[in-house]
Amino acid sequence: MTITEKTIKDHGLSLAEYDEIKKVMAREPNLLELGIFSAMWSEHCSYKSSRRHLKNFPTKGKAVLQGPGENAGIVDIGGGLACAFKMESHNHPSFIEPYQGAATGVGGILRDIFTMGARPIAVLDSLRFGAPDNPRTKYLVSGVVAGIAGYGNCIGVPTVGGEVSFNSSYDGNCLVNVMTAGLVRKDRIFKGIAAGVGNPVIYVGSRTGRDGIHGAVMASDVFGDGGEERRPTVQVGDPFAEKLLLEACLELYTTDYVIGIQDMGAAGLTSSSVEMASRGNVGIEIDADKVPRREDGMTAYELMLSESQERMLMVVAKGKEAAVNEIFAKWDLECSVIGRVTGDKMVTIIEDGKVGACIPVTALTDGAPVYDRPSARPAWQDSVNTLDIDSIKLPANYNETLKQLVGSLNIASKEWVYRQYDYMVRTDTVTCPGSDAAVVRIKGTDKALAMTVDCNSRYCYLDPARGGAMAVAEAARNLVVSGAKPLALTDCLNFGNPERSEVMWQLKEAILGISEACRVLGVPVIGGNVSLYNETSGVSIYPTPTIGMVGLIDGLANHRTQWFAAEGDVIAVIGHGAPSIAGSEYLKVMHGLERGVLPEIDLAKEKRLLDACMAAIKAGIIVSAHDISDGGLAPALAESCFNPGGAIGAVIDVIGASERPDEFLFGESSGRIIVSVRPDDLEKLKTVTALFDVPCEAIGRTGGGSLVINGLIDMPVAGLKEAWAFAFGRYLGEMAAG
Amino acid sequence: MKFGIIVFPGSNCDHDCYHAVKHVFGCEAEYVWHKETALAGFDCVILPGGFSYGDYLRTGAIARSSPVMSEVVAFAKRGGLVLGICNGFQILAEAGLLPGVLMRNRALKFICAPAHLRVENNSTVFTSAYSAGQVIDVPIAHADGNYFADADTLKRLEDGGRVVFRYSTVDGKVTIDANPNGSLSNIAAIVNEAGNVMGTMPHPERACEQALGSTGGRGVFESILKGFAGT
Repeated sequence: MTITEKTIKDHGLSLAEYDEIKKVMAREPNLLELGIFSAMWSEHCSYKSSRRHLKNFPTKGKAVLQGPGENAGIVDIGGGLACAFKMESHNHPSFIEPYQGAATGVGGILRDIFTMGARPIAVLDSLRFGAPDNPRTKYLVSGVVAGIAGYGNCIGVPTVGGEVSFNSSYDGNCLVNVMTAGLVRKDRIFKGIAAGVGNPVIYVGSRTGRDGIHGAVMASDVFGDGGEERRPTVQVGDPFAEKLLLEACLELYTTDYVIGIQDMGAAGLTSSSVEMASRGNVGIEIDADKVPRREDGMTAYELMLSESQERMLMVVAKGKEAAVNEIFAKWDLECSVIGRVTGDKMVTIIEDGKVGACIPVTALTDGAPVYDRPSARPAWQDSVNTLDIDSIKLPANYNETLKQLVGSLNIASKEWVYRQYDYMVRTDTVTCPGSDAAVVRIKGTDKALAMTVDCNSRYCYLDPARGGAMAVAEAARNLVVSGAKPLALTDCLNFGNPERSEVMWQLKEAILGISEACRVLGVPVIGGNVSLYNETSGVSIYPTPTIGMVGLIDGLANHRTQWFAAEGDVIAVIGHGAPSIAGSEYLKVMHGLERGVLPEIDLAKEKRLLDACMAAIKAGIIVSAHDISDGGLAPALAESCFNPGGAIGAVIDVIGASERPDEFLFGESSGRIIVSVRPDDLEKLKTVTALFDVPCEAIGRTGGGSLVINGLIDMPVAGLKEAWAFAFGRYLGEMAAG
Repeated sequence: MKFGIIVFPGSNCDHDCYHAVKHVFGCEAEYVWHKETALAGFDCVILPGGFSYGDYLRTGAIARSSPVMSEVVAFAKRGGLVLGICNGFQILAEAGLLPGVLMRNRALKFICAPAHLRVENNSTVFTSAYSAGQVIDVPIAHADGNYFADADTLKRLEDGGRVVFRYSTVDGKVTIDANPNGSLSNIAAIVNEAGNVMGTMPHPERACEQALGSTGGRGVFESILKGFAGT
């Protein structure tokens, strides 16, 4: 068939891009070739709008073994071990079909980790939904959480942490960002590379179906008789199949048969084969007729573009085909030789015994378009950055305000969510969900990994650069208060339509802010993804650059939680930030406003705070530590009181607190940590913090059954905890228990 | 003493059980692939938790037909110790080694949470290291842990002292609120008539080390070891 303008448009390509394709091919592409180009040149695979900006990220560091560009980044954690981790978005599918969208999001990122040779050890999720009263929100929350649970629990990887938040900017686009970390021996890392001309290309896992075929390109006129059933574009997950694939691959990695291996994620067989060939600087030939399929009559076009789940592609050493097959057969998995590595640097697809497509590999990868899309600060930015603080009325009753804040969905306990996740399987979860970071020990060592996912998208809306930097700083603080040294981060950059100049500005600014924070805090970016076009009916989501960070706890005894542990301990705030109600949760919940100028973030001071907190934990001075974030000081103190092992109250008396009590209690700022220490250790804490030039102020004592703050707040902890613990369950129409 | 840990396709607590018996209690342990047909040399066989065969069809329903299961039945008949944890309990119920069924949780959702259990019978080979009425903390993590049996079966279980753990409050009261999943009579674990096969929905292997927050499950393994040392 001939390629018409409509065909080109249906493939999401511009006419200029089509002209470029004709130029690199030196002829008209056929439909199969067009499909392959459209997948590889899509925003998702090519990063064409973001690529030039992503170059700003610092990606190198002492611990980095693998930076961006592979299926996952890897950091050295000592003792011959390494941690592979990555975060990816599954936003659009989750909005269409929340259970399967979220489930396959988990499945996809797990494959990215075990394709590197690592056994997945933990999953974290950053979830964002529309306004709580949006009619679709409850359905999406229930479905997404059930989907993550359904996949993660079955495959037996604990879901140990994450975040859930609500904002009307997500009414038309929820965000599901899933991070997975895995453990691998440093000398047994595998990569997605094709090498060795003549080596066989092997397909393993589920058969290929017609699910998830690239976008809506399957107009029936393209495929003949017009009677083709249109399959949903969301794939269906089979966690049991993936569990078998995981165990079989890990068994295979103990041999020397594998040259390179890659999962078939977005754009399926197309992207996996092209990317493997590209990394190895070789060609690859795929015989579509040999691809295992669920039904007869599938074309090469469908087979190459299907996004069926639980499939892997690998190149193995010639002659080892039977041995490889034996391992997969043990796990009842099908594997087939579907092609070979070639020396011609072309990707060649055979269909019906003839060459159906033949494209230079580099045309699909390096040759993909890179855009410098116009960007401009939005016209509305100045207006949202104004806040007349004098017009904000002080609360009539601070007790009531605190109770309302801790019971608001963004701050309330997420137990309703995480009790649906098996967060204990693998018996390594040292800190369960609910504290600042999850802590997962490494058996056979005295080490543990701490992990967190963070972003305050309201901050990013008010100031994408500062908000991006704050997300990095918050993630780092969450690790440090848990006793971990931050090693590296992965990010999911969720933004609106990049063809709008204001969205491009947000993206550029956020990347600059993140990059600056990474440089000053010494935490490189080792991977991630970009999710654009999160826009419905012209309304974009708030810019949401989610940060997933991993840190190392050397000496398991050095791990800490946010919870006060004993009566009579001294409570202190270390750090420097001056709290502000601009952009705060308080301003949103109590006054319905999301505006103002964010407080400044001084990254050099942040770095010193991290170092001081780390030093004090290592010296055994700090009993508990908690980052002050959403809601400010008072909610953070309340959270520290809610020890799951038994609540402990606190009496706080801050001298010279701000004139505006709401600013003092509920104002937010980057760079402050609540710690508790034994009374005898306060002087030592002051000595350590002074060494790093970090302010340290004792503000009260733990003990009693109430949270008492400066004569403003006096609430029984039990009552506060009740408001906090059951808000989420009540919202979803059930109590948290049962 | 040597433990065999059966690995079904989809088992995912096999490594955890292995770690507990081998590294926490210093026993010999070996994985047994579900296609094996012999259990010679083992003193205790553990059917671990997980999602054998993806829980497709019905929990435990396909795993009960795995080749190794006829040998597990024979091993139990010979008096060998069999411990089924979570999905392992579901498989033992499907295989007829234990009475009753595990239905979908009352709230129709997966629940992962700490749980208090009251030790109902400390004279079994799996519970002798506990004191009678002791309350232990052992976590649960399941979607189908809602134990059900007909009235006659329940009576036989109760009369025979075969209910070994019940969900309770922290001070040992067996109440509706303490029941996480809707189990009949708050039943969390039972033994067979001969007392050598136990099924438990809570995971004792997850509660053997203080680093993980609870040591309430140690007693199960200590009891088994104590019984073996006494033979």
